[in-house]
Amino acid sequence: MATVLPPPSKRQRTAVAEKAKEQQEIESIPNNLGSIRVQFVDQGTGQSSGAPVSIPVADATARNLELLLNTLQRNDPSERIPYRFTYHADPSDLSKAVDISNDLYHSLLKPGLKTTEDSITLQYTPQAVFRVRAVSRCSSSIPGHGEAILATSFSPRSSSKLATGSGDSTARIFDCDTGTPLHTLKGHTSWVLVVSWSPDDSTVATGSMDNTVRLWDPKTGEALGTPLKGHSKWVTSLAWEPYHLQTPGRPRLASSSKDSTVRIWDVVSKRIESVLSGHKGSVSCVRWGGTGRIYTSSHDKSVKVWDANKGTLIHTLSSHAHWVNHLALSTDFVLRTAYHDHTGETPETQEGRIKKARERFEKAATINNEIVERLVTASDDFTIFLWEPSSSTKPLARLMGHQKQVNYVTFSPDGLHIASAGWDNHVKLWNARDGKFIATLRGHVGPVYMTCFSPDSRLLVSGSKDCTLKVWDVRTGKLKEDLPGHKDEVYAVDWSPDGTKVGSGGKDKAVRIWCH
Amino acid sequence: MPQNEYIERFQKQHGRRLDYEERVRKRTARESHKVSKDSQHLTGLRAKLYQKKRHHEKIQMKKRIRQTEESNVKSSGPSEPSSTPLPQYLLDRSQPTNAKALSSAIKNKRNEKAAKFSVPLPKVKGISEEEMFKVVKTGKKTAKKGWKRMITKPTFVGPDFTRRPVKYERFIRPMGLRYKKAHVTHPELKVTVQLPIISVKKNPQNPMYTQLGVLTKGTIIEVNVSELGMVTAGGKVVWGRWAQVTNNPEMDGCLNAVLLV
Repeated sequence: MATVLPPPSKRQRTAVAEKAKEQQEIESIPNNLGSIRVQFVDQGTGQSSGAPVSIPVADATARNLELLLNTLQRNDPSERIPYRFTYHADPSDLSKAVDISNDLYHSLLKPGLKTTEDSITLQYTPQAVFRVRAVSRCSSSIPGHGEAILATSFSPRSSSKLATGSGDSTARIFDCDTGTPLHTLKGHTSWVLVVSWSPDDSTVATGSMDNTVRLWDPKTGEALGTPLKGHSKWVTSLAWEPYHLQTPGRPRLASSSKDSTVRIWDVVSKRIESVLSGHKGSVSCVRWGGTGRIYTSSHDKSVKVWDANKGTLIHTLSSHAHWVNHLALSTDFVLRTAYHDHTGETPETQEGRIKKARERFEKAATINNEIVERLVTASDDFTIFLWEPSSSTKPLARLMGHQKQVNYVTFSPDGLHIASAGWDNHVKLWNARDGKFIATLRGHVGPVYMTCFSPDSRLLVSGSKDCTLKVWDVRTGKLKEDLPGHKDEVYAVDWSPDGTKVGSGGKDKAVRIWCH
Repeated sequence: MPQNEYIERFQKQHGRRLDYEERVRKRTARESHKVSKDSQHLTGLRAKLYQKKRHHEKIQMKKRIRQTEESNVKSSGPSEPSSTPLPQYLLDRSQPTNAKALSSAIKNKRNEKAAKFSVPLPKVKGISEEEMFKVVKTGKKTAKKGWKRMITKPTFVGPDFTRRPVKYERFIRPMGLRYKKAHVTHPELKVTVQLPIISVKKNPQNPMYTQLGVLTKGTIIEVNVSELGMVTAGGKVVWGRWAQVTNNPEMDGCLNAVLLV
């Protein structure tokens, strides 16, 4: 006899009814509200798209607004640009901005921010025109490394080359199209802790536990000259000079170390250009900003801003109460990829490349007609700070909510979201504009070590101690894909700049490539 | 009760005895002799109190010695802080002895077919039924029939166990010999944690003992390892894991087990 389920209890019935009612309410917009006047303004430049438009409230959904704006901009129907709309109640106060998530009625009219009598000024930001599909399967698991994999990084040009650093004191370069190892970069005498591609894809730099930085040619797998010696403790992080700031043919590299210094190297002559000393503890992370600043975070609780050319200290940002573990820039993605964009076209000449890299950087960094680089730092004091070092040494916002140490923080490539991960098993999403909390992505059962946004900023992948990768939808905050497969902790994960592949590595010594 | 700090006041006004330092030195020098004498010769309640005090003092002393020993360790600054490679962000953190090594070790071992059925204690000494069961002869009827048995070994009963009515209860599992928790050692990590028992999987002596939940040396039990935070390859938390009892619980009064890897 089949089991008959007992009828639902009263509590269950009321809960279901309430939920249904709520969902009903969200969907419906009353159609007796007439129309509303909307003025579109570009968020980057502040220019309006023309005269205000009158829109029926019942039809004023985000999608329809997008369609309308595309028509106003006279964009070709075949290449419509997705837009994101924001309403600023007070232009000077960024914290009062409201995103139009579904439609105007539920975002503005129903909370009483505006009435149909008013004229509304909406700021629009173009979103990535390409769409990255969530990775869903492991396309190859490549053994080869003899020890745990500690760092992975995709080439900025495409998803076909992946560099990994491992505990067996080698780095390897993999061909991801065929899933085969390409080169083994032998030379270090201890674990390779960091791997970093130069923005023009011509060099790979590796930093190691043996206190040296080495440079490699990714095409041949040969070492480029001698190791860069100078640090007295292991190298914790590497940052290349942004492509548009480089003197042509003489790129520079910054390396941070446990010995509490940051060294700037001339890559061609293999000499130390300057030593940034001032931190009192291990420097955990270094970033080279697109405006010629170097940002460093340290275990001495401070974040310092340096002038890259003079090698002098500009600011010390001290608000954290414990180690600063990681820092990220709002322009990280464009600085990493320089002139490589989703179209795959690279300018022929050097000037063209520099120009394109500069344009991409300026586009990503422009907020209200100003070039602003934002900084976010994660710390052991369970909080994250959002900074704007160009305007103030005080933090813009303190992002609280994590219940344990925060290990990793990253900006989305479009600079609108911040994702943070830490020992409390959660990934949290924050609004990068004002540091408002958006969502907690729950699902991991172990500490989350690393996260990475997809290049179109719509997806997020996170790697954790619980042996899995998880892909999240940024907009809804829901789990998109669960990717089990690793046999042990996942230490490093990276999403390729063209969005087609995810590379991950961890304690199980196998590099895994994930794709759709 | 003294109303004021009159001794301090006196000392401030007139100073101490001239031989004060000398007397203190001698007293401290003889202290160990006094302690020894007291601990040997005190009797009765005083002895009890004294020993209790000494016991506490010794615990404190040992703790302090251990602390200083830990702080005295002069490391030569090894280039690699741990034997297993760690990413940059984990390097300066004191790693809690994580049970993660467990699961991977387990997996590696499972791949070898022969190791699948090997356990730390492959052979056990047989226990006769006479030793295991005591015939209960109390009461008029039971004495006559002689079918009631009391289990003389420690047992595990489930959390929702209730005894059967006296008339039907053939095996009595005494309350005093029931165990809920086991001290489980991980063989590789050499850490021991007290974990709740979930069930008895196999008693090598007799399948009936498995049913009865008898815990003897060599018994395979399932323990709740959720506290250790182990995860499967699929990213789920592992909560039950098998362990083998390594001591004779009926002799030791505690249950030690080793996790099966």
